[in-house]
Amino acid sequence: MSLANTTIKTFPMGGVHPEENKITASIPIKKLAIPEEVIIPISQHIGAPAKPVVEQREKVKVGQVIARSEGFVSANIHATISGTVTKIDKVIDATGYKRDAIIIKAGKDGEEWDEQIDLSEVLVKTISLQREEIIKKIADAGIVGLGGATFPSHVKLSVPKGKKADCLIINGVECEPFLTSDHRLMLEKGEEIVVGTRILMIALGVEQAIIGIENNKPDAIEKMSSLIHGENGISVQPLKVQYPQGGEKQLIKAVLNREVPSGGLPIDVGVVVHNVGTAFAVYEAVQKNKPLIERVVTVTGKDVKEPANFWVRIGTPISELVEAAGGIPENTGKVISGGPMMGKALNTLEVPVSKGTSGILLVPNEEAKRGHMKVCIRCTRCVTVCPMGLEPYLLMTLTQKELFDRLEKEKALDCIECGSCSFTCPSDRPLLDYIRLGKRTVTSIIKARKN
Amino acid sequence: MSPTILFTVGTITILGFLAAAILYFIASKFKVYEDPKIDEVEASLPNTNCGGCGHPGCRAFAEACVKASDLSDLHCPVGGNDTMKKVASLLGMEVEERDPYVAVVRCSGSFEYRQKVNVYDGSPNCTIAHTLYGGDTGCQYGCLGFGECVDACDFQAMYMDEKTGLPVVIQDKCTACNACVKACPRNILELRPMGRKNRRIFVSCINQDKGGAAKKACEVACTGCSKCESECKYDAITIQNYLAYIDPEKCKLCRKCAPVCKSNSILEINFPPRKEESEKPEREKRERPERRAAETDTAVMEQEGEVNVIAMVQKANEESDNQGSSENKEIL
Repeated sequence: MSLANTTIKTFPMGGVHPEENKITASIPIKKLAIPEEVIIPISQHIGAPAKPVVEQREKVKVGQVIARSEGFVSANIHATISGTVTKIDKVIDATGYKRDAIIIKAGKDGEEWDEQIDLSEVLVKTISLQREEIIKKIADAGIVGLGGATFPSHVKLSVPKGKKADCLIINGVECEPFLTSDHRLMLEKGEEIVVGTRILMIALGVEQAIIGIENNKPDAIEKMSSLIHGENGISVQPLKVQYPQGGEKQLIKAVLNREVPSGGLPIDVGVVVHNVGTAFAVYEAVQKNKPLIERVVTVTGKDVKEPANFWVRIGTPISELVEAAGGIPENTGKVISGGPMMGKALNTLEVPVSKGTSGILLVPNEEAKRGHMKVCIRCTRCVTVCPMGLEPYLLMTLTQKELFDRLEKEKALDCIECGSCSFTCPSDRPLLDYIRLGKRTVTSIIKARKN
Repeated sequence: MSPTILFTVGTITILGFLAAAILYFIASKFKVYEDPKIDEVEASLPNTNCGGCGHPGCRAFAEACVKASDLSDLHCPVGGNDTMKKVASLLGMEVEERDPYVAVVRCSGSFEYRQKVNVYDGSPNCTIAHTLYGGDTGCQYGCLGFGECVDACDFQAMYMDEKTGLPVVIQDKCTACNACVKACPRNILELRPMGRKNRRIFVSCINQDKGGAAKKACEVACTGCSKCESECKYDAITIQNYLAYIDPEKCKLCRKCAPVCKSNSILEINFPPRKEESEKPEREKRERPERRAAETDTAVMEQEGEVNVIAMVQKANEESDNQGSSENKEIL
């Protein structure tokens, strides 16, 4: 029997603490009405886009595979409402570019489900499947990392030869300000998350799992601690509020004090990290046969009338979500998909919710504007807050001066793009923009060198 | 003089001669032979070190020329045929004349034709904006307007037109060094042959969206309607991904394609004005030349000292074909 650890941990290097603004933390998750039309992009994950397997005018049921994964690092895409495929067309998605998407128009009520899916609310605790079967089910269900990175989960669970995992970390940190989808999910679907954690432990063959939660969510810590009574090997670790604790490498350092080597993966130190949302999706896929067709999305902002968390079918246009939260406030300057730190501003509200959409943030005009870029005053704040121990001001200058060899030596590729440097810069320098540009160039140089 | 000073001066003198002897010995022993022709060839090159030839700098190009058995693969776009002839005569080889090239901007989506749909307040850098999203207009292929191509140009052959928000290539200064083509994250710029009498015709658009979507985003976008393709007698026009492309190798500059283009995506440069077309009076066509004239004004405002540009353009347009237009300026 393991209870919540009493010591509060955090990662030692860098980090910032932006205003938390968790407005929606105490509001139960609402169910969003089935939209009349869903736009389902075929590339909602890192890796190869899925290949559509449905034709125009074909009838589909909820949960039916409509695009199959191409290759190992890829994920299946399922119909999220029942109805007719109206077209397969290029539609602007959260990347800001037009990409192929499957558009489904709801028939009748849009709720005709695939027969194999168990729709009952009963909690199924017994895990009857073996390791390979679990991984196959997770891959079939199209589950990707729901924290935002959308890396296909079955790839993370397939531990490469010669490496061994000994600990699973369940990420309930939710360090982004404003977002509360993981928080609410832990409060409302805690039991399922614990079963999902067990399933993931079997899939990885590990004996130990730690659920990391920041201590600005005391109710979630309490709830999860009470649920893991009698569960061997699972424990809850409260963490000090610090951004970007939700980053894999920071979380591993905070929880286990292990450091992922530069250029390495968590598995190099025997750890695999999954988000609580992913754990819940794994539970539904393995125990209920339900593929990843919906997720919790926080719709929030300082001036939003009815901010809340919603269960949303993937492919729902963001405009409908905003409408459900009381419409777009008059002085909105930016609509961000994700949190304020790592999210991406959208250029239209017709962008669909994808597997990686954790929140929609409506930022008022006065806060949306970027400050005017001034000269670097060498205050080294960016160096102090960088959780990877890099020198952001230097990386930016090297990118501007196109010194890419030096940039590679300065470990630009280790940057996790958390944005702490840009956040803290008193001169409003777009540090992360340039570092990202530098990273891209360095990656392509490395690729060219390999060929 | 005290003996100490004499001793010091003497020692240092001996040491100096000793060191000189050692250095002389090393220098002659490890001397790297360098073909004197390399220096000669390098001296005849423009020495701009732009990399347009594909070599890292003029010296590397000179080395490659001296090593090469024939000069057919080597060409200095900045110096052009004259320089290459000089190089060939220095090396005692023959060189074929090549058509000069010039950069063209394949986007006509000025502020007037391409409405802004959102506001970008990130870093004013094309590559960064391109990485972030499709751009502040509805067209995700077109020019972002931060002028990375202009910054890349070593020859002051480009400038940003503030009225249109598009870059402009100054034909006479452009050396076709390829720097702007490499700098543009959207591959909008293209090197095309300068053309007979400096005339060229090309599709000034790279939008690969379907017709309707392209048109919605930009009034002068190519919709891929393939009218120009069927009009062309020389198979020079191909349509791919709802976008027409005119192959400069096959194009005979007959200008038949431009009038059939409903969206005015095909640009004609340095041609004399068209005669009135009486057969098809019903076609409503926005006047492209007007727009060009308007842009010329900006060019004059920005490029002081070249105030007679308008006159030149008009002169070139009015006068017959035999008028050389080398002083002409390309205005997109």
